[in-house]
Amino acid sequence: MKLSLAEKTTNFSFVLPALFIFSMFWIYPFFYTFILSFQEYDMISPPAFVGLGNFSEVFGDPSWWSALYNGGFITFWALTFQNILAFMLALAVDKVIRMRKFYRVVFFILPILSEVIIGLLMKQLLISNPPGRDVFNEFLKLVGLGPLAHEWLGIDRARLVTALVHCWKGFGWAFVILLAGLQSIPEQLYEAARIDGANAWQQFRKITLPILMPVITLVIVLTILGTMQAFAMILALTGGTAGLTVVPVMKIYNHLRGNQAGLACAEGLMLGIILVAISFTMFFISKKIREKYGVLPR
Amino acid sequence: MYYHAKKIIILIVLHTFLFSVALSCIFPFLWTVNVSLKTQGEFDADYGLRPVTHINWNNYKTVLVKEEFWRYFLNSVFYTFITVLSIVFVSSLAAYGFSRLQFPGKHFLFYMFLTAMMIPLPAGFVPVYVLLNKLHLVNRTGYVLAMTNIGLSLSIYLLKTFFDQLPRDLEDAARIDGCSKVGIWWNVGLPLVAPALAVVVIFNALNVWNEFVLASLMFTDYTLMPLQVGLMEFSNRLVTQHTLIMAALTVAALPIILLYLRMQRQFVRGLTAGALVG
Repeated sequence: MKLSLAEKTTNFSFVLPALFIFSMFWIYPFFYTFILSFQEYDMISPPAFVGLGNFSEVFGDPSWWSALYNGGFITFWALTFQNILAFMLALAVDKVIRMRKFYRVVFFILPILSEVIIGLLMKQLLISNPPGRDVFNEFLKLVGLGPLAHEWLGIDRARLVTALVHCWKGFGWAFVILLAGLQSIPEQLYEAARIDGANAWQQFRKITLPILMPVITLVIVLTILGTMQAFAMILALTGGTAGLTVVPVMKIYNHLRGNQAGLACAEGLMLGIILVAISFTMFFISKKIREKYGVLPR
Repeated sequence: MYYHAKKIIILIVLHTFLFSVALSCIFPFLWTVNVSLKTQGEFDADYGLRPVTHINWNNYKTVLVKEEFWRYFLNSVFYTFITVLSIVFVSSLAAYGFSRLQFPGKHFLFYMFLTAMMIPLPAGFVPVYVLLNKLHLVNRTGYVLAMTNIGLSLSIYLLKTFFDQLPRDLEDAARIDGCSKVGIWWNVGLPLVAPALAVVVIFNALNVWNEFVLASLMFTDYTLMPLQVGLMEFSNRLVTQHTLIMAALTVAALPIILLYLRMQRQFVRGLTAGALVG
């Protein structure tokens, strides 16, 4: 079917508003990040070209590497503690019948609330003000766990506590995705396996895990992407704790606030490349695993 | 008999596990509401760990009226409403175009939107802020435009796949009756994709309502701040006023929780939609 020019124009005009906004706020910023990362720009005086100056500054900045380490530390806990907890909860909810809906509803409350709310709420629970007297410690004393009381957001524990709060906010989301995956597995597969004499562990190992592999990969990749870019919750909870809980995006944000847009872009570019590399590697590994175990990708 | 007992024990273990995790999700919010109804003196005495005896609404009065949280709240409602409206309008128009109409470069453009969803831009807010600064758009208009873009790709994708599954009979009938293309999109297309629109609306509304980074960069004027920025600013200013902060947190969290309890299904679908595309 040949279209007249007028008709093509009319049809094209349907996507025009979307294209306009997308060009202005995605395509242009995407390429502008590269340009800005080679410039020194304080948003008042005209930008100056500094070549690789920003990148060498970022590479030589120990606080940037420690921010990456802090982000990696929190990501490690999110990958292990948060996702294993979410998986266990999903398996448990899949087994029980009573109160299933209640659990699903409750576990998903935290992901819908904003990072600022969660961060401030946990700060109110954990912060020592005056020292040694905080709500969570008082609660521990009340239920007879007094010896466990600590200064939770102090120097020696802030990073771990931040990671755990992040896991607490995030597990409900991984739980919902994994549960949806579990419930999509047909019951007949398990029945057939039981008839063949497979025990619970064999059923899990040979049916549940291979079928869920794509979902698990997805959760892993999204956990890495989300956690490495986490920021507002940590800003609200600790504000950085003397560099111990400064995460990459917090550095970027602070550089922009300090009118160092070029530096912020160089850091953002570096983080972005790391994240793209990680997610591609993960999908590649998952594909290899599925090929090896003969489970066809959907 | 033995088998039965074993089953019951397993169920008890499972429920204990699930219930203790559920309690850890609920307890902080009960505590928040409890503290927000106490005076600072009562809080200092028991840290809000005992249930409130006589309800005191003064914290809410102070937060909403004197600290002007009503303004932050209305600002958030305004930004969320306008942004979601513009996303629904722009993305459904584009999705209809991608699904039903022919024009050169159609597939390329659609895959461009798809690719955008896959590439993480951790510092994306930097060039956007610089651009808005240059264009003198560091205001409500600029914020709504930038936020519209954030939800655009996913919304177009969701609506386009939904349009693709619909039969074209109704639209053909409308065309034969002399309806224009825009008329068909508005009168036939939009009502048909209503279920997908619900997901798009919830996903984007939560996104805008919870957004902090860009809003905190753009709105330094108190009268323009949305709830998240106002909350952060407020808690930094009044660090020791626990009961006030808890009242402010309740004001910010409770509407979302109530809305969520009313429409759980849409919330879950809205929030996991992004994940399941990948």
